[in-house]
Amino acid sequence: MYKDYFPYFKNSNIVYLDNAATTQKPQVVIDEIVNYYSSYCSNTHRSNHGNANKATQNYEHTREVLKKFINAKEKHEIIFTKGVTESINFIVNSYAKNRFKKVIISSLEHHSNIVPWQIANIDFEVVKCNENLDFDYEDFENILKENPNALVSITHISNAFGKIHGIKRITNLAHKYGAKVLVDGAQSLTHKKTDVQDLDIDFLAISSHKTFGPTGVGAIYIKENLLNDILPYQTGGATINDVTYERSILLDSPFKFEAGTQNIAGVIGFGKAIEFIEELGYENIEKKEIEIYTYLYEELSKIDDIIFYSDIKNSIGSLSFNIKNIMAEDVGILVDKMSIALRCGHHCAQPIMKSLGIEGTIRVSIAFYNEKEDIDKLIIALKKAITMLKD
Amino acid sequence: MSIEKKIEEFKDDLELFDDELEKYQFIIDLGKKLSPLDEKEMVEENLVQGCTSKVWLVKDKKNDELIFRADSNAAIVKGLVYIITTIFSNEKKDDINTLDINILDKLNLTEIITPNRQSGVQGMIKKIKEYAKEK
Repeated sequence: MYKDYFPYFKNSNIVYLDNAATTQKPQVVIDEIVNYYSSYCSNTHRSNHGNANKATQNYEHTREVLKKFINAKEKHEIIFTKGVTESINFIVNSYAKNRFKKVIISSLEHHSNIVPWQIANIDFEVVKCNENLDFDYEDFENILKENPNALVSITHISNAFGKIHGIKRITNLAHKYGAKVLVDGAQSLTHKKTDVQDLDIDFLAISSHKTFGPTGVGAIYIKENLLNDILPYQTGGATINDVTYERSILLDSPFKFEAGTQNIAGVIGFGKAIEFIEELGYENIEKKEIEIYTYLYEELSKIDDIIFYSDIKNSIGSLSFNIKNIMAEDVGILVDKMSIALRCGHHCAQPIMKSLGIEGTIRVSIAFYNEKEDIDKLIIALKKAITMLKD
Repeated sequence: MSIEKKIEEFKDDLELFDDELEKYQFIIDLGKKLSPLDEKEMVEENLVQGCTSKVWLVKDKKNDELIFRADSNAAIVKGLVYIITTIFSNEKKDDINTLDINILDKLNLTEIITPNRQSGVQGMIKKIKEYAKEK
């Protein structure tokens, strides 16, 4: 059982189906973080003593591991951040502001890929989706024709509905019209191999905590030929080569972008999480997830009055639905009392909820460690909650 | 019956249930006793701030006492709405204004109601007190 790698499942009887919010952490990741704090806690890239060197090496090891993981060409294309939200804000403030007249987003974006553009006063166009919430490529191309040289900022997999966007097709189209593409990978690295060269991604926002690593860590991948166009939006310690009162000379990427002391333990732990995924293999992860996801859909389909908002074709991870005449949040509260953790509400994606004319959904989000028995327990709890809530 | 007495009665009722789900069922069933608001009363100005689900609250006046009517689009919240409107209805403005009790705490509901929902109930109480302050 994959659950054996995760101490959470030994210590909790909760059926955890809220993996799109955050994933559980394997013991190897927890051990790595404890090891840093308990045996060689030091700052990186500054001091020259032994433990500081060890911390720097392990921190940089994660950069190497992440580079290989997403198949970046160079290590300096990887910049550590606090997570996907900071990565997107980084691109907004260090690159996109004053450069793009328009940003093109999909209709399934979460707030982290909507609000920063609004706050920066950058106009955006929203690509339509069909009734199954699939991306409308024709509409996308029409928007690109109207807005060449725009920035496309799009999620790989939607957090609320699990819909997978065809990134390769999107980057091909975008590049044809001179646009650059930022991919929000918050949900995707948990489930799928992402090859930035094969997919021809310009920017990839990466989350650690949604990928079995610690919270408060992430990264932004930046294609090498764009690095010189980007100026750090924050500077200070660790970013400089030489400073006088007259001027400061910054280091090269990635260091000029990583101001201040980073979440060293987090970055080191994230490296371990990636190695853990690599050891398990995405083929095994995907195979298990498809099995559980399909089983989930089949079992939910047997419940009376269920309303799905997408089909399961071209989807992974999250499945959103409602029960006719029942508020999602009521279901969430009751199943929680039956030890089922899932999320009910708008999932930080209010615009698409409004377009669908709903307040929110019941979202079940799985990871490879979930088992069919988790789904069986969920169905029992859901049926009981529905009985309680029906008039 | 005084506000405090009504709170005590609800507390006694809720304490009958050891099982949390049974307690929730009781709350859901209380919600079913609410008379639905008229559609024209379910407007923005009657919406309670701080609720994750929607709650509309209106006041009526009978002699020198206030009567509160409310509705929600969520079943569990409806039950809470029933409890709060019952506690504060048919009471004088001064009695409502001077009451300084954390009702959820008093009812032992803080453990089973999430912080989001607690803030919704606090929002309701705040709006009730605002109504009570109106001349």
